Amino acid sequence: MLEIKNLHVKLEDEDKQILKGLDLTVEAGKVHAIMGPNGSGKSTLSYVLSGREGYEVTDGSATLAGEDLLELEPEERAALGVFLAFQYPVEIPGVGNMTFLRTAVNAQRKARGEEELSAADFLKVVRAKAKTLKIDADMLKRPVNVGFSGGEKKRNEILQMAMLEPKMCILDETDSGLDVDAMKLVAEGVNALRDEGRGFLVITHYQRLLDHIKPDVVHIMANGRIVKTGGPELALEVENNGYADILAEVA
Amino acid sequence: MALPEVKQTATDARLAALTLPTGGCLEDARRAALSRVQTLGLPGRRDEYWKYTRPDTLTQVEAPKAAIFDTDEAPMFDEFDRLKVVFVDGVFAPEESDDLSLEGVTIERISDICDKDIHWAKDLYGVLEARGQSPVARPLAALNTAFAQDGLAIHVTGKPSKPINMIYRHSDEGSDAILHHVIRVDAGAEATILENGPAASRFNKCMEIDIADTGKLHLVRAQGRDHERRAATHLFARLGTESVFKSFTLTVNGVLTRNEAVIELLGDDAIAHIAGACVGDGEFHHDDTVFITHDAVNCESRQVFKKVLRNGATGVFQGKILVKEGAQKTDGYQISQSLLLDDDSQFLAKPELEIYADDVICSHGSTTGAIDEEALFYLRSRGVPAEEATDLLTLAFLAEAVEEVEDEAIASAIVDRLEGWLARRR
Repeated sequence: MLEIKNLHVKLEDEDKQILKGLDLTVEAGKVHAIMGPNGSGKSTLSYVLSGREGYEVTDGSATLAGEDLLELEPEERAALGVFLAFQYPVEIPGVGNMTFLRTAVNAQRKARGEEELSAADFLKVVRAKAKTLKIDADMLKRPVNVGFSGGEKKRNEILQMAMLEPKMCILDETDSGLDVDAMKLVAEGVNALRDEGRGFLVITHYQRLLDHIKPDVVHIMANGRIVKTGGPELALEVENNGYADILAEVA
Repeated sequence: MALPEVKQTATDARLAALTLPTGGCLEDARRAALSRVQTLGLPGRRDEYWKYTRPDTLTQVEAPKAAIFDTDEAPMFDEFDRLKVVFVDGVFAPEESDDLSLEGVTIERISDICDKDIHWAKDLYGVLEARGQSPVARPLAALNTAFAQDGLAIHVTGKPSKPINMIYRHSDEGSDAILHHVIRVDAGAEATILENGPAASRFNKCMEIDIADTGKLHLVRAQGRDHERRAATHLFARLGTESVFKSFTLTVNGVLTRNEAVIELLGDDAIAHIAGACVGDGEFHHDDTVFITHDAVNCESRQVFKKVLRNGATGVFQGKILVKEGAQKTDGYQISQSLLLDDDSQFLAKPELEIYADDVICSHGSTTGAIDEEALFYLRSRGVPAEEATDLLTLAFLAEAVEEVEDEAIASAIVDRLEGWLARRR
């Protein structure tokens, strides 16, 4: 599904290399987790994959189902099936959440040559999905993320993911700012989307999210590279001993 | 005091080309206005109040030519049930207008009331305009009072069942129209007035509005889309106790527009909201100049102005809230914002507060900026193409001003126009 080879990325405006030869393959149907200390390049990876400006790829490649992602505009990547759940979802005053969702869903359908959803069909689907995420009618009507609590913003991200049905879901520290109950709700939303045809890349600092979203593979990232890969037990090791041991071991 | 020579020459030349309508009950008001113009002189480049907007094409003798805008689109407000009053190049066109009788309102041409000795309009025509000359001179409004060729006297006595729509058609490329309306709203009465169209190549319009206690008036206008048209408009309103005045202006295109609003809150608990949204591309200069005076207790005023500018367009906002001594519990709000879609456009803002009461809430803010890159990326990451995402954010920016329009159907018609403008510019 997602294949990243020898990815080197630097900041566009600064002479600062962030990713230094990252290799990663996420298969369809699998959940991969990336853990790592602050500054290891985890968020940069998520931004580079989704097409945010400000980064320059100096070497390597990233493909989704064989398509070169790095040459595409963010909206083209989205239409191909890339979805980034933001660590800090953006507030957009003046744009209703529902309008935003419908515009996004229909833009992707259009880009894929599918028919746009009618307002009535869209409403039916969004209401059902919102209900399972405990998103009420008021939250759907309000401007995108404006005045939403931390938990509401993250649930709204998962709602978008559920509506857009991406192939490759990247979750950037989705657990940050969430209490235990909110985290469970978000995890349930993610788990409901687990599917043979869909890959997940879950970026997190802490093991606790992985109690709820059980990963198949855990990677440790440090200094712009994957330094260790293992099963779920690797996350537990980090939880118990911190990163220092692992980093010393691979150094 | 003698006027500077340049100003004297320009004023003399302009006045020499105009003929003062004589006879009838408004003649005294016209003569008084003429003498105001002579004293004040027409606006010049050195005037502080015209620092950001060049007045020369508004004051020169001949109106600069303006091509007639050609479009298949239905005129604004066409879908609404309204009473139509049509002016072509500033002249009332009875054959294109509806019958002017409507329950709850009396509509007359100012030229028809001139032969009456006693008429309510006599106590309003030129009166608010004259009051509005201080502390800042507005000579183009005085010029209007003196020389207005046509206009309406609208007396709202009840609650008319539909809006009154002044439609200003432009048919002559060199037309120079001067229109003056007076509107009186009685106690407890309520009406909606719609205005749309470019009116002329050059349009000088003055509207004086007197709202009695508990009266309400809604004014929504859409200024014509002819690219080369010029307009200088003045709105003078006086509000009584518990009265409400809400005004919204949509401006799409036009090489030069100066909209002045002079509002006096004279009765307690009165409410005045003045809002505007404008979108300009290329040779476009739009100036909102607002002066709101709070002279009573517990009044509320809001100014909400949003401008979207691109390809070298210029937006100007000069807005003042004056809170007089004793105008306690005043709630004054003013926001002016521009969204610059490129580096060539500019926004010039001069927000002012002058407060002589101690128990008031007054706030003002002015911002100018580009499209929020974070929001743009967020939308694109969800699959919304860059252009569509930019349009969505642009409409969102304008939404706060459009929300000032109470009638949802009218607000949605305005949004449709803005969407059309954005779509045409992709």
